[in-house]
Amino acid sequence: MNRSQPLVLGIESSCDETGVGIVRGTTLLTNTVSSSMDEHVRFGGVIPEIASRAHLDAFVPTLEQALSDAGVALDDVDAIAVTSGPGLAGALMVGVCAAKALAVATGKPLYAINHLVAHVGVGLLDGKEGQVPQLPENLGALLVSGGHTEILKINSITDDVVLLGSTIDDAAGEAYDKVARILGLGYPGGPAIDKVARTGNAKSIRFPRGLSQPKYMGTSEEPGPHRYDWSFSGLKTAVARCVEQFEARGQEVPVADIAAAFQEAVVDIISSKAVLACREHGIKDVLLGGGVAANSRLRELTGQRCASAGIRLHVPPLDLCTDNGAMVAALGAQLVMAGVGPSGIRFAPDSSLPVTAVSLPA
Amino acid sequence: MLILAIDTSAVASAALVSDDALEGVVASFSTEDTRSHAEVLAPGIEQLLADAGVSGSDIDALVVGVGPGPFTGLRSGIATARTLSFVWGKPLHGLMSLDAVALEVAESTAAAPEFLVVTDARRKEVYWARYGLPEGQLPVLEDGPHVGFAADLPDLPAYGAGAGLYAHTLKADPEFAAEQPDALYLGQFALARLAAGDELRDSTPLYLRESDAQVPGPRKRAL
Ligand SMILES: [Zn+2]
Repeated sequence: MNRSQPLVLGIESSCDETGVGIVRGTTLLTNTVSSSMDEHVRFGGVIPEIASRAHLDAFVPTLEQALSDAGVALDDVDAIAVTSGPGLAGALMVGVCAAKALAVATGKPLYAINHLVAHVGVGLLDGKEGQVPQLPENLGALLVSGGHTEILKINSITDDVVLLGSTIDDAAGEAYDKVARILGLGYPGGPAIDKVARTGNAKSIRFPRGLSQPKYMGTSEEPGPHRYDWSFSGLKTAVARCVEQFEARGQEVPVADIAAAFQEAVVDIISSKAVLACREHGIKDVLLGGGVAANSRLRELTGQRCASAGIRLHVPPLDLCTDNGAMVAALGAQLVMAGVGPSGIRFAPDSSLPVTAVSLPA
Repeated sequence: MLILAIDTSAVASAALVSDDALEGVVASFSTEDTRSHAEVLAPGIEQLLADAGVSGSDIDALVVGVGPGPFTGLRSGIATARTLSFVWGKPLHGLMSLDAVALEVAESTAAAPEFLVVTDARRKEVYWARYGLPEGQLPVLEDGPHVGFAADLPDLPAYGAGAGLYAHTLKADPEFAAEQPDALYLGQFALARLAAGDELRDSTPLYLRESDAQVPGPRKRAL
C-alpha cells in the first residue's frame, strides 16, 4: 500500500447525506454527495427511516459518480474508510454494510472512522480556504450541526482527541429547526432563521443562555459540571412561551425580532463557551465544522471573539463543513499515513461512538 | 451457473448455489439471531468465498431476499448485494424472502397443497403470503406478501417462525415453527426459476409499511 500518498475512498451515511469522497494523501479528488433533505422538509426534521431508505438507493449511484469524477478505478484505491458512528443507527448501517461489501469485493483494507473527528480531518486537505497548514500543536474544533454541537481538543488527529464540551440535549441545528417550526419559517431552520434575523432586532428580547449560571460554570481552577457544555431545549421552550404571550395579548408576533434574538442567544453561548474552552486549554487554532458553520452570525461572532483572544479561526468551504465522504476519506488518509492498522470487517456501527475512538481497532 | 444468494430479512444468511453441484449447494452459512447482520454478514460471505475457492469473477449472478422483514436488517443484505454486484459487474436479482420458506416446505413431507408462510414483523404483527403447491412443481405465490395480525390470516396450514410465534392462533406446523428465510433455499429457488426462463424481480425492498414519520400539524395558537 502507498503510505505516503494513499488513495482513499471515504463513505458517509450518518444522517441525511449519502457521501462518497476520494482523496490522495491530502489532495481532494472528489466530494460527491446525494442528500435526502428534500424528503424531510414536510416533517420539519430528519426522519431516520426515510434517510435510511434514501441511503440504500443512493449509495451505488453516488459511488459510481465519485469514481468517474475522480477518474480512478476501484483497483487503484489503497484503502476504504467509512463513518461507523456517531449518527443515526439505521443510516450508519447502510454505509457500513456497503463499505464492508466493497472491502470484500476488492480485498482493500477498511477503516471504521469517527464522524466527528472526520469533520476535523477535512481541514487538513490542501489548497482550500480554512485549511489548517500542518497540524498545529494546539488545535481545537468547534462542530455545530443538526446532529451535534461539540468542542474538541485534537492532540493527535489519528489517536488522541479529547471532548471538552458538548450539548446535553438538542444539537444547535436541531434547535434552529424546532424554532423555525414555531415561527412558521420552514425547514431547514438554520438558513431560514439566519435570513429573517437580519431584518430583526436581536436586542428587543433576551432569551436565556443555557448552562451559563455559576453553578454550572464554576471557575477555571474549579470548573463546574458543565463549564463547556451547552443546552438548547430551555431556549426552544422560551421562544414558544414568548410567541404564546404575543398571541394571548392579541398582538402580532414579531417573527424577525424573535428570530434575531434566538439566533443571538445560540451564537452568543456557543462562541463564548468555545472561546473559553480554547483559552483555558491553550488552543491557538480552532476549526469550525458542521452545517451550522454556514450561519453568518455564528461565523461573525466566533471570528470576532477568537480574534480578541488571539485564536486563529479556520472555516473550510461550506460543502466540506456539511456531512460528506471527503472528510471521511481525508481522515482515512491521515490514519494510513500514520501507519494505523485497518479495522477489518467485523465491527458494528455505533450510534454513540465517543470522540476518543478515532478509528476502530481490528 | 453459480449464484451467490443473500438474505437478511430475518436472520443473516448467504449461500453459493450451482446447478452443477450435488443438491445444488456449494456452501452456505446462517446466523441464529436477527440483530447482528452488520457484523456477521460480510465476514460470513468472505469466508464462504474463501472456503469454496471462489472469487467474484467466478460468480454468474447474485440473488438477494427483498423482504418483507424488519427494515434495518433487510437493508444490510440489499446494500451488501448491490455493492458486490456493482464491483463484480454481475447481475443482481431480487426474490421475495418468504419464497425461501415456501421452497423448503415444498421439499418436505409436511407440505400441504395450499399453505401460508409467516414470519415475525414485530409490533405484534406478522409478514405472510399464501402459496399453492401444484403436483411436482415449484410453489406458486397466490397472495401477498402482506403485513397484519395473525388472527386475520386465512385458515390454512402455516409455516415459519411467525407461525410458531402465534401457534395458538394459526395452524402452525411444529416442524417449521422456528424456520426463517434462508439464502440457501432462496438461491435454489432462483436457480430453478432462471432455468425455467422466469424473469426475477429487481432488488427494491418490500417494506410493506410506511416510515412512521408524521407530518406535524399546525401549532396550536394561544388564545
Ligand atoms: Zn456531521
